[in-house]
Amino acid sequence: MSFLRFAARRLAEMAATLVGASFVIFGAMYLAPGSPASFLLAGRSASPEALRAINAQYHLDEPFLLQYLRWAGQVLHGDFGRSITYRTDVSRLLADRLPATLLLVAMALVLVVALGLLLGWIGAVRGGAADSTILVTTTVAVGTPAFVAAVLLQGLFAVKLGWFPTGGTGDGLGQMLWHLALPALALALYLIGMLARVTRAAMLDVLGHEHVTVARSRGVSEHRVVRRHVFRNALGTLLTTGGLVVSTLLVCTVLVETAFSVGGIGQLLELSTTTKDFPTVQAISLIMVGLFMAVNLVVDLLHPLVDPRVTLGAREAAR
Amino acid sequence: MTVLDIRAYRLRLPNTARPVLAGVDLTVGARETVALVGESGSGKSLTSRSVLGLLPAGAATEGTVRVGGDDVLTMTPEQLRRLRTGTAAMIFQDPRAAINPLRRLGDFLTESVRLNGGLSAEAATARATEMLDAVGLPASVLGRYPGQVSGGMLQRVMIAAALMGDPALILADEPTTALDVTSQAEVVALLGDLQERFGTGLLFVTHDLGLAAAIGDRVYVMYAGRIVETGPAEALFARPRHPYTAALLASTPRLDGPRGRLAAIEGRPPGLRDEPVGCPFALRCPLATSECTRQAPELLPVDGEPGRRTACHHSDRTGEATADA
Amino acid sequence: MTAVLTRRSGLGRIRTARAPLHRICLGFVALVVLAAVLAPWLAPDDPNAVDLGDALAGPSAEHLLGVDAAGRDTLARLVTGARTSLLGPLGVVAFSTLAGVAVGVTAAWRGGWLDSVLSRSTELVFAFPGMLLAILIVSVYGEGLLAPVVALAIAYLPYVSRLTRSLVLAERARPYVEAYQVQGHSGLQICLRHVVPGIAPVVLAQATINFGYALIDLAGLSFLGLGVPALTPDWGRMVFDGQSAVQHGYPLSAVLPCAAIVLTVVAFNVVGERWADQVARRDR
Repeated sequence: MSFLRFAARRLAEMAATLVGASFVIFGAMYLAPGSPASFLLAGRSASPEALRAINAQYHLDEPFLLQYLRWAGQVLHGDFGRSITYRTDVSRLLADRLPATLLLVAMALVLVVALGLLLGWIGAVRGGAADSTILVTTTVAVGTPAFVAAVLLQGLFAVKLGWFPTGGTGDGLGQMLWHLALPALALALYLIGMLARVTRAAMLDVLGHEHVTVARSRGVSEHRVVRRHVFRNALGTLLTTGGLVVSTLLVCTVLVETAFSVGGIGQLLELSTTTKDFPTVQAISLIMVGLFMAVNLVVDLLHPLVDPRVTLGAREAAR
Repeated sequence: MTVLDIRAYRLRLPNTARPVLAGVDLTVGARETVALVGESGSGKSLTSRSVLGLLPAGAATEGTVRVGGDDVLTMTPEQLRRLRTGTAAMIFQDPRAAINPLRRLGDFLTESVRLNGGLSAEAATARATEMLDAVGLPASVLGRYPGQVSGGMLQRVMIAAALMGDPALILADEPTTALDVTSQAEVVALLGDLQERFGTGLLFVTHDLGLAAAIGDRVYVMYAGRIVETGPAEALFARPRHPYTAALLASTPRLDGPRGRLAAIEGRPPGLRDEPVGCPFALRCPLATSECTRQAPELLPVDGEPGRRTACHHSDRTGEATADA
Repeated sequence: MTAVLTRRSGLGRIRTARAPLHRICLGFVALVVLAAVLAPWLAPDDPNAVDLGDALAGPSAEHLLGVDAAGRDTLARLVTGARTSLLGPLGVVAFSTLAGVAVGVTAAWRGGWLDSVLSRSTELVFAFPGMLLAILIVSVYGEGLLAPVVALAIAYLPYVSRLTRSLVLAERARPYVEAYQVQGHSGLQICLRHVVPGIAPVVLAQATINFGYALIDLAGLSFLGLGVPALTPDWGRMVFDGQSAVQHGYPLSAVLPCAAIVLTVVAFNVVGERWADQVARRDR
């Protein structure tokens, strides 16, 4: 199967799953006890006029499918509806808050990739005491949820030592980087531990392969052997964790942004859930799921390029 | 000129009762093919790997392993790298496991001469094309991945790679075991041709007696970490001077031989936790006497047959052993 | 944190001399479970007894681990909190494992269109990170532990069912299955009496590891105020309550539940991975 056909097929699958997920996200409000109208109003004035207004605004009298299509159409045009709590367009809310979250996630991703790969590499190649230390620290890291890391880091570095601010984002890129440093670390900690262990395991596995010994036997220096033959071969496995890393980062921003009062879409999700601002919840959920699937698609497309053995047909069969 | 000279080589691994290699003496001259025969666990692979300094972790060595006059066992990492890039090269048993499946064959061929041998990329590629031609493969192979070529072709690529550094010595560690019979024959013929052409010495490690007889000028027979017999191929197989060699020959199935049950050698070689005293083959040997279990025989020349040596107290009686089998 | 299917390797396999660590973790797991079960009798004080005059005091004879911002005894809250903090993950793991095995076995055994339908459905669930699904459901149903537990259980189900499916497919190809079929045993009988017990160790080891993930996810939800109701002692909730205390320089009431969470998750992970390694080694 040619690469283009493979890519097209994966794209179609992703679109189909995205549609299915959006169905779930849209239809969730029908799960609520009571009618969708009263749910959307959520304890705010439930007078008959208000109910009629809500029904009209959200076209709740129409058949489900039609409502869904209407909503989906609007979403594709960038219109996510209106926030019940803030009384503005959800897209405005998102646009204001998205940059902070994206910067936070980007910073965390850099930390995860750099430190995770580095620690895993060192553990696998050096062995001995360095490896034991890395194993212990990564075990603890993997048991530390993002909010625990957030509170502890905040307590130590922001409150006690005062090296970093305790929250907010500040203005301008420099300020933002400084404000988001602790949140990014809190966000990244668990994943650094996870990636380090996966990297270590993958590299240890490859180190036992014959072709590594053969490369050494032909005079290639140890460092080059590790780089060209061990790490390079482990890359395929590491790439497949990409989707998991990004989805965990996205979801945990809710925790970290809340702990540090970073005004991003993570904190917005938390606020809109507690205030039952469902259109906003829908929008953010859709964005997160969409980003997750996009990353999975990219990983799937990159994988055959990283590992030529992965014949595109065989991958389909193995799924 | 001797390209490989192993003398009194002992190799000991941690936590074992006996040395894995208990005194190996072996030489290979330029343009010579030497076969090293033995069953699994005899130490033949370890011997050939030692020539390139590929020792297992924690190994303790004695004796010398000289390649082109320099002792591998006392080399610095820098010297070892130079040896591996240019002077000696190995052809491994399973080409699919030995070549990185994620890199192109061109990369495999040129890797060591580009990184250590100081050749530019173009020069390396040119040489690789030359070597591929010598093994009968087209230059298009350079751009392929290992998964895209057959096992036989892959082994030829391995041979071409071994020649890249213009080695004086080639070590072939069971290069045909992972191949089908047709490819085996091709590879063996190819090795013979190349050796003629490039004037290298060849140490051919195998468990296959027939192969050893066909390809070798001289043969060493190994058992339990030592050389038990050595000599010119024809003479050795016509008239073995060690009961083990005789038993091996007798147990090899032959198309033209008498029908009936295959003669197997009873028992098993001593494990690494057994501390043998005397001859390691004594427990399985039809000629064994009390002297054999008391005193390990030395590898000594055989009267009247130049170039032959055997480690047996009763080498004069091995004719009887063959007759009995 | 969404559950990873392949167990994160390293600890159990490489360091075989780590038996003491494993035993310590096993002991810790037992300790925590015991605390959760015996909580009402173990807690020195009423975990919800508010005493504002005494707020944020350090450890004393009366309050061994100090008090939180509302004067509630931290030790009592930790011990009582063990209940909710463990009960939720238990529900998640129990439900997702049972349902996941059922789905996986059915899909693998029946094959055909049923397999396709089930696989496509699990693909859909895979699109949702566990906590996101929980948040979505909580936004609809409001407070309470049941909604997030069910949501997380659904989110974890595909991982169990995928594992089960591949295990059963492998078992199905084994000769003994055919032998039983020829003898006239029904598919259901063979599954229940032979296949499921065979794959049980692998699935259970994975379930132990999933417990850790579920604990993390549920504690996170409680931290956000989206899990347990406000007054119930719960480790995640305690971290949230303690956060403002931290910002005023009194970290103890937040640090202790943090430590409880981390230690419990690490202990479950170590035990689970060791078990998984043992099972893998036995199969080899």
